[in-house]
Amino acid sequence: MHIVVCMKQVPDSAQIRVHPVTNTIMRQGVPTIINPYDLFALEEALRLRDRLGGEVTVLTMGPPMAEDSLRKAMTYGADRAVLLTDRSFAGSDTLATSFALAAALAKIGQEFGVPLIVFTGKQTIDGDTAQVGPGIAKRLGLNQLTYVSRIADLDAAAGTITVERRAEGGVQVLSTRMPVLITMLEGVNEIRRGSLDDAYRAARATVIKWNAADAGITDLAKCGLRGSPTIVKKVFAPQARAEKVRQVPTTDLTTEALAATVMAEIFKCQPGLESELMRFSAGQ
Amino acid sequence: MIEERFDAIVVGAGPSGNAAAYTMAKEGLKVLQLERGEYPGSKNVQGAILYADALEQIIPDFREDAPLERHVIEQRLWTMDDTSYVGMHYRSEDFNEEKPNRYTIIRAQFDKWFSGKVREAGAVLLCETTVTELLRDTQGRVIGVRTDRDGGTAFADVVILGEGVNGLVGQRSGLRPELKPDTVALAVKEMHFLPREVIESRFNLKGNEGVVIEAMGTITDGMTGTAFLYTNQESISVGIGCIVSDMVEGGRSPYGLLEAFKRHPSVRPLLENSECKEYAAHLIPEGGFNAMPDLYGDGWIVVGDAGQFVNAVHREGSNLAMTTGRIAGETVVWLKRRREATSKENLAEYQRRLNETFVMKDLKKYRRIPDFLHRNKQVFGLYPKLISAAAQTWFRVDGVDKRTKEKQIFKALRQGRTLPGLIGDAVKLARSWR
Repeated sequence: MHIVVCMKQVPDSAQIRVHPVTNTIMRQGVPTIINPYDLFALEEALRLRDRLGGEVTVLTMGPPMAEDSLRKAMTYGADRAVLLTDRSFAGSDTLATSFALAAALAKIGQEFGVPLIVFTGKQTIDGDTAQVGPGIAKRLGLNQLTYVSRIADLDAAAGTITVERRAEGGVQVLSTRMPVLITMLEGVNEIRRGSLDDAYRAARATVIKWNAADAGITDLAKCGLRGSPTIVKKVFAPQARAEKVRQVPTTDLTTEALAATVMAEIFKCQPGLESELMRFSAGQ
Repeated sequence: MIEERFDAIVVGAGPSGNAAAYTMAKEGLKVLQLERGEYPGSKNVQGAILYADALEQIIPDFREDAPLERHVIEQRLWTMDDTSYVGMHYRSEDFNEEKPNRYTIIRAQFDKWFSGKVREAGAVLLCETTVTELLRDTQGRVIGVRTDRDGGTAFADVVILGEGVNGLVGQRSGLRPELKPDTVALAVKEMHFLPREVIESRFNLKGNEGVVIEAMGTITDGMTGTAFLYTNQESISVGIGCIVSDMVEGGRSPYGLLEAFKRHPSVRPLLENSECKEYAAHLIPEGGFNAMPDLYGDGWIVVGDAGQFVNAVHREGSNLAMTTGRIAGETVVWLKRRREATSKENLAEYQRRLNETFVMKDLKKYRRIPDFLHRNKQVFGLYPKLISAAAQTWFRVDGVDKRTKEKQIFKALRQGRTLPGLIGDAVKLARSWR
């Protein structure tokens, strides 16, 4: 079975800073990482491969330096890596990105076998849109399963897959026919470390590099900035909302008295909360 | 297990490991390099000064693309007391030469660049891979390494250990004893960011010119140690380090010392309005020649900090690391060419070659210095105070005649250390320096 995992190299959000004057993200010198959500997708793909056999291809679109992320994915155990890189992709929004990735996926299908599952993370940590996965599914006509927390069953013979999807108010158990696009939720597994052999293979492997033409893209107007209708109107740094720790002086140190003092302080800070709670408990 | 057998496995991707791996890979040897950090440089800390000569011997045209900050045109040596410093500054236009002699660098960037050259030369680098032990055959010969990854063994004719100051592989494998607190310094460092123009006006620089300050005195509170301040392009590296046993005895914290150094009236204006963005700490092996472990054995060689290759007096370390790495690499290449085994007997060539270089000559010359400094703490406390007081007496114009001033100065010196003490210290220092 062939599985493709789409990933993105993103700036490490733990180390990113916003320029105080221009409000733009200061990317210079910020280390890059594989989008953390994509690692859950990759691990899930590797587990399926280990169980059922087949191959895992990792695919990313990005600048040449995104090769590092692909190589890292191979260290974890991916069998093949494809880097889609072309100046004409620069400035892509989610529409243009899903266009380019869908083209590359079609090409991967021709070259290395049609994937039964395409994985993505549920979203990236730099864009946070969660649109690219569904965009790819729509363009390629794949069934899509988003926010998946577990793959419950995969029947290769029947070509069906059953997953658990975390939704508001509960977990949905969904079954569909493959080929399918799955966006994985966080915290559902832990990326493996990769054996010494995998690390050695990854260090020496050739990452396949495709430009737009290689990926079979002819309509460059749908790529990059030209193919991106999204307009960033304004960028701003949010005001810090958290309040600093406040000390509440008290003399009576019994548990009840301490609790009462704290509650009184909370109610003072949040007018209306007390009456709301009263209403709520009365309703019960 | 990696099926392929390597000519050499290099443990560590710092200056010594990179020098060794590059030297061997360039000559066509099959080299596997293992680094525990996420990327080369992620674990490495240094002031940092790059001494061009040592790198030039390995990559002659490194200036073309290496990430260099500023070339050093001015060296300041300061002896400090609590409110003053007495300094010797040497600044020369000659240092604005076509191929400058010293550069400030940022190690995280530099090590990445160096590692890129190593991989271009053909070595295979695996990061996030920690070597846990050396593998030996029944005769005790080192034949490979075990790593913390699954199926994690790899085999080679020789293992070059460039694992750094606290090299646990060598310690665990019994190649060398654990570090002793009195032969190792703990240094802490901060990176303070300032706009280029501010640094250039504050230090009287233009273009990529840079200044280096090395300081000693009451800033280490009577402990054996020094402080430094280096100018990078858009940041200043500032740090201080002391011998670990001194810190333990005095119950002092390294960051406390650094805070005090930064608050010193001579240092504070240099850092004013800067933003501290990085904080790092590192051990420095300062035991010198007398603390050096065995440098080679059957199937293994030690290079860099792991072999105590640091000249503490001259603040040199990375150049010794690169030179030992290069010579280790050259020795292995030489043996390969002659189709000779990497036995202890044959690897003794490494030591013989090292003995002919500045590395061993300098370390041997200064072999008594660590002990001298350990026993003569007045060098770091009393003398800086006396020198500063003398300078103040001399330069203050207050109606006192010069002869009286001279008398006051010599009286203060005698009271501070007594005449036999002064003479004794001078003799001891001269002997250790010889």
